[in-house]
Amino acid sequence: MRKLLKHLPGLAVAGFTATLLLVPLSSPAQAPTPSPTPMTAGTPAATAAAPAASPSMEDRVANLEAYLSNSAGPKTIQPASGPGHNAWMLTAAALVLFMTLPGLALFYGGLVRQKNVLSVLAQCLGITGLVTILWWAFGYSLVFGKSFNNPFFGGSEFFFLHGVDSAPNTDYAYWVSQNVYSMYQLMFAIITPALIVGAIAERMKYSALMLFMLCWMFLVYFPMAHMIWGISGFMSGISNANAGIKAIDFAGGTVVHMTSGWSALILCFIVGPRLGFKREPIPPHNLVLTMIGTGMLWVGWYGFNAGSAVAADGIAANAFMSTTLATAIAAFTWAVLEKVLRGKASVLGYCTGAVAGLVVITPACGFVNPTGAVIIGVVAAVVPYFAVSVMKPALGYDDALDTFGVHGIGGTLGALSTGLLATKEVNSNLKDELLRTLFLSQIEAVCVTLVLSTVATAVIALVVKAILGLRPSADTETAGLDISDHGEEAYIS
Amino acid sequence: MKKIEAIIKPFKLEEVKEALSDLGIEGMTVTEVKGFGRQKGHTEIYRGSEYTVDFLPKIKIEVVLADGMVDSATTAVVKAAKTGKIGDGKVFVYPIEEAIRIRTDETGEKAI
Repeated sequence: MRKLLKHLPGLAVAGFTATLLLVPLSSPAQAPTPSPTPMTAGTPAATAAAPAASPSMEDRVANLEAYLSNSAGPKTIQPASGPGHNAWMLTAAALVLFMTLPGLALFYGGLVRQKNVLSVLAQCLGITGLVTILWWAFGYSLVFGKSFNNPFFGGSEFFFLHGVDSAPNTDYAYWVSQNVYSMYQLMFAIITPALIVGAIAERMKYSALMLFMLCWMFLVYFPMAHMIWGISGFMSGISNANAGIKAIDFAGGTVVHMTSGWSALILCFIVGPRLGFKREPIPPHNLVLTMIGTGMLWVGWYGFNAGSAVAADGIAANAFMSTTLATAIAAFTWAVLEKVLRGKASVLGYCTGAVAGLVVITPACGFVNPTGAVIIGVVAAVVPYFAVSVMKPALGYDDALDTFGVHGIGGTLGALSTGLLATKEVNSNLKDELLRTLFLSQIEAVCVTLVLSTVATAVIALVVKAILGLRPSADTETAGLDISDHGEEAYIS
Repeated sequence: MKKIEAIIKPFKLEEVKEALSDLGIEGMTVTEVKGFGRQKGHTEIYRGSEYTVDFLPKIKIEVVLADGMVDSATTAVVKAAKTGKIGDGKVFVYPIEEAIRIRTDETGEKAI
């Protein structure tokens, strides 16, 4: 009773929410009502007299409080999805899809030449379809199942989304329907391979790219996502007490950006540079599209980062704030660097800085305070700026749209800065024991991600090269992939 | 008959057209072209890639005239297109052997 009284200030708020929650009620009269008189809200005698099947009033109040604070409810009450958390996750899932279609498609599409813009759009669309099929059949289960009880792959119980319905999977989200959660996670699985497209844009055969992506999902994405986010994952520092490496990654710095970025680097080495690279100008054909895509990525990224709380809770709120700070500061810093070092601040510079900021804050957004976010915003501009404008020209590889420079370097930087800046004041899931060794764990996680991504990509790319060949003929590449692979042109005048 | 071919800065097109109209010249052909002379191009930088753009956008005007009109027309074009800065363009004059109006089969100066 004393415990109950302690929680009473919250009860008035909880009262009206109660009718929305699917708490089994023996009679409407038992539903808590907002009341200025504490005693009517939970009379111990009344709950004690209730049938055994019906949860006690104390448990029902505790369930409401758990809903408000996004924690696990009492065992006597069957978990059910909560409306507020579910509503936000439905929105967040749509936002993350919006990042790829059309955000990333336009961002990349504007950066290629006119003759290849449709090929980039077709790659994003094709990946969306392919990954959705894989996710339905095997992917979700391999990442978020647990029947294998394995640190690298999840399980088989959710193959073909069997049993994935509106009830929550309490391993991951107590108040969110599992079908919503599975679709939310699908959107991450879609954008990750789509990011790789940037490195080999304008010169890879469509069939070869799709076969590469199919293999890459099984060898890189599914195991990486399970390792970091799975309940039995090898590097799942918060949710798996037996994790081999106790690393943290709030929204996918390793799973999404490091995997795609490092794989992109290896793939662009194996595919080789575009015809005419360094001999003729290959300028972007429409930076307005790139700007529109950047805005969509930024907006969609709120679903990606704040949605990764898998609840409409305080951690999501913090992720929203830190994402905004880091992104705006990185965009501005990038333009300042250009102005100082080259004399002109460019639109492409602002756009690239914004994306770099989003990438680097991704693993950290739910763990760092505003100061941490601001620091990340600055380094997110400085380090990728030198990666794309100094390191890339010096080493001479043709990472066409800078997937490696922004996502590979940025994702790695994000994983490491998360290790330095994460604080338990922001996220109480970070225990002292975890924080003590966190930076070391992050370095280990970076190494595992880097090795898995690069080795698997090299193997897949060489196999696909042997089966299908990676490049179109020189004539075809010169004419453009839009005509040769898709039989259409973007701009008909 | 002579043809005047003038390469000018794009934003000077309206002024040149009006100057020619004032002389009673009733037709002309205009093309958007690219090229360079003494005016240098510029560099464009896209992240790590730097490109020199040599070819600058210009407008080419072609007008065919009776011999007696040529001096006043070239003077009008030069006056209208001049800014005094590098890149103002050039005017060329060519002899024309024949002109035919397709609709009426008229030939020579009657056709222009």
